[in-house]
Amino acid sequence: MDFKVCEIGDFGKYRSDIKMKLTGAQILIESLKKEGVEVIFGYPGGVLLPTFDVLYDAPINFVLVRHEQAAAHAADGYARATGKVGVCLATSGPGATNLVTGIATAYMDSIPMVAITGQVKTSLIGNDAFQEADVTGITRPITKHNYLVKNVEDLSLVIKEAFYVASTGRPGPVVIDLPVDVQFAETEFQYPSDISMRGYKPTYTGHQGQVKKAAKLIEKSKKPVIYAGGGIIISGASAQLREFAEKIQAPVVTTLLGLGGFPQTHELSLGMLGMHGTAYANYAVTESDLVIAVGSRFDDRVTGRLDAFAPDAKVIHIDIDPSSMSKNVAVDIPIVGDAKKILVELNKVVKKPDTAAWLKKMHAWKKDHPLYYSQEGSRIKPQYVVEQIYEATKGDAIICTEVGQNQMWAAQYYKYTEPRTFISSGGLGTMGYGFPAAIGAKLGCPEKTVFDIAGDGSIQMNIQELATAVENKISVKIAILNNSCLGMVRQWQELFYKKRYSYTKLPSLPDFVKVAEAYGAVGMRIKKKEDVLPAIEKAMSIDNVVVMDFVVEEEENVFPMVPAGEAINKMIVLDSLLA
Amino acid sequence: MRHTILVLVENKFGVLARVAGLFSARGYNIDSLTVGETEDPMVSRMTIVVKGDDRVLDQVKKQLNKLIDIITVRDLKNDDHIDRELMLFKVGFNQKNKAQLANSIKKSGGLILHTSPKSFLVQMVGPYGKIEALLKNMSEYGIKDLTRTGRVAITKD
Repeated sequence: MDFKVCEIGDFGKYRSDIKMKLTGAQILIESLKKEGVEVIFGYPGGVLLPTFDVLYDAPINFVLVRHEQAAAHAADGYARATGKVGVCLATSGPGATNLVTGIATAYMDSIPMVAITGQVKTSLIGNDAFQEADVTGITRPITKHNYLVKNVEDLSLVIKEAFYVASTGRPGPVVIDLPVDVQFAETEFQYPSDISMRGYKPTYTGHQGQVKKAAKLIEKSKKPVIYAGGGIIISGASAQLREFAEKIQAPVVTTLLGLGGFPQTHELSLGMLGMHGTAYANYAVTESDLVIAVGSRFDDRVTGRLDAFAPDAKVIHIDIDPSSMSKNVAVDIPIVGDAKKILVELNKVVKKPDTAAWLKKMHAWKKDHPLYYSQEGSRIKPQYVVEQIYEATKGDAIICTEVGQNQMWAAQYYKYTEPRTFISSGGLGTMGYGFPAAIGAKLGCPEKTVFDIAGDGSIQMNIQELATAVENKISVKIAILNNSCLGMVRQWQELFYKKRYSYTKLPSLPDFVKVAEAYGAVGMRIKKKEDVLPAIEKAMSIDNVVVMDFVVEEEENVFPMVPAGEAINKMIVLDSLLA
Repeated sequence: MRHTILVLVENKFGVLARVAGLFSARGYNIDSLTVGETEDPMVSRMTIVVKGDDRVLDQVKKQLNKLIDIITVRDLKNDDHIDRELMLFKVGFNQKNKAQLANSIKKSGGLILHTSPKSFLVQMVGPYGKIEALLKNMSEYGIKDLTRTGRVAITKD
C-alpha cells in the first residue's frame, strides 16, 4: 500500500478507504476534531513542540493561559457551562503537576474533562529526565482513568476511550500522558467508530422493581423532601425533577452543586441545605419522614452530624454511582442509574401523597426563618452586592465563584432558576477556581453574561489570567467582595478560636483597579451602597474584562452556619449571636 | 472479618498500582494480594484478602468495580471455592530434636526442600488453616526466615 504523510487539515480531502500515515501529534489533533472539540486551554513546553507545531494552523481555538492550573479550571468551567467535555493541554513535569489541582477539582465534582500532558520520550521514562514526572502515578487517585501512550498505534483508540470514559456514567477527568517520541512517530490513522470496554459499562436504566417500591414509599409518606444534587444538572433532569416535585407536592432542597437544578423562585423550593443552607431547608430534612436523594452523595457539608441527619426518615437514593449508595447514610431503596431516566419512570407510576399539612409547615418556616443579614453599618454588605448582581442580570447570568464566604453568599443571595448557571468548586473547595472557570464558561456560552464572584484572597490565586481574558476578549465581570481578609477562615476564628485572627488578615492587598488597568482590563472601586447597582450595570455594558473592587464590611459572617460535626438543625443564626 | 475477593483485571500497565492505590487512599486493610496471568494473557486474576465489616467490604467491592481496568469483582463464600497458599521457611534444629522436627513437618504436610547443618528449608502448600497449624507446631523450634505468597483462590464451578 502506498502511504503519504499528509498535512493537518488535508486528511478530509483524501478518500477514506486509502489509509494514510499521520504523526502522533497530527493524530491527536485530528482525533480531537472528531470528538467535536472546539477549544483547548493550555500552555506549551519542550516535549509538546510537535503538537504545538500542528496546533499552529489547526482549526481549533487554542487559548493560551498564563498558568497551567487555570487551563484545567477553564476546561472545567467550559464543561460545566456547556455539558461538553473540557480539554486542557500542558507539558511534562511542572506543566502537568500544575494541572493537578484543576484535575482534582473536576474529579470531586464529576466534571467531564480530558487533560493531555506531554511526557519525556519513552526511552527516558524513569530516568529522572529533565521535566519528567510520573504523571499517571500522580493523577491516579484524582482521575476517573488515565493513560500513558507508549505506541502511536494505540493513540486514536486511547483518545476515543478517554472521551467516552470522561463523559459517560458518573463523568470525571481523564488524563492522557503523551511522550514526545509518540508525537513524532507515524502510523495509519483511522478514528475508531465503536467502543467496547469490558471493564466499564455504566448502568443508566433504573431497576423497575426498585422504582415501584420507591413509588409506594412516596405514596405513604407524609413529610417527604427531595434532596437534589449536581447529578440533576449533569443528567439534564431539571424538567423531570420539576414534574416530579409538582406531582408529589414535596419541597425541594438542593446541594451547592445542585443550585439551578430546580428553580429557586418555585414555591416548592427551599433553597440550599447543609452547613450554610437555609434554616427551613435544614429543618425540613431533619423533620422529614422520607428523603428522596437524586444525584447527590450525602457529603459531610450537607449531612452535618450523621446520626442526627433526617433521623426519622426512610431514604430513597437515585444515583448513577453504585458506590454512593449507603456510603455515608443507610439507604432503604437504592436505585442505580441516570437521574433523568429514573425520574421519567418514577413520574409514570408515582401517586401524590397527602402533603398539605407538611407544606403549610414549610411556608411557616420560610416566613419565620428567612435568609437575613443586617443592613446596618457604613460599609457595603457583601450580600447586598450579590443581590444587586441578581437584580442587574435578572437572574440570567452565569455566576462563577471562588471559595469561601464569597461562594456561600453567591449561593445564598442569587436566585438560580436554570441549570448550568452556577459554577463553583464544591467538593475540593478550590480557591482560585472561579476566574479561570468563568473564562471557560464565557467561551462556551459567549452570549451569556458571566460573573466571577470573588474574594480578595481567592482572586489573587489566579489573577494572572487577566492577561488571558483581555488578550482573547473574554469579557468576564469580576466582582471582588473585598473585606481585606480570608473571610471564611476568619469567621471560624471569630466563632471558635476566640477571635485569634491567625494569618487571615490581608493588609497588603494590591490596588485591584490598578492591577486591572495594568493588564488592559477595566477597574472600578465601589465604596458606597448607592453606587453598587450602577457599577454593576456599567460593568455589564463595557465590552471588556471588568474588575469591580467592592470594599465591603470586614467582619461580616455567613449565616446560617452549622458548626462542623453538629446536627444540621443546630444552626448559628445572626439573631442568636446578637441575643 | 476476613474476606477473599477474586478480581479479574485487564492485564495492563499500572493496574496493580490502581488497586493498591485504591486500598491505601481509602484506608482499607489488605491482608494479602496475589496477581498473575490467567489462561487469557490479556487478563490477570487477583486474589485479595481483606479485613473489614460488611459495610467496608461493600465499599471495597463497589470502589474496585469503579476502576475502569477491572472486569469483575467476586466476593467468595466459604464453600464455593478452593484456596491455597505457599509458604517457605527455615527452621533450626539440634542433634537432639532433628528427627522429631522432621517428623512433625512431615505430619503437618510440609516438605523439606533443603537441609543445612543447622536448619531445614521447608515448603508448605495448603489452605490457610493448615498453614497456620504448621506455623503453630514450629513455634517451639524457632523459625528463622519465612515468606508467604498470600492466598490464591479459584471457584469450584
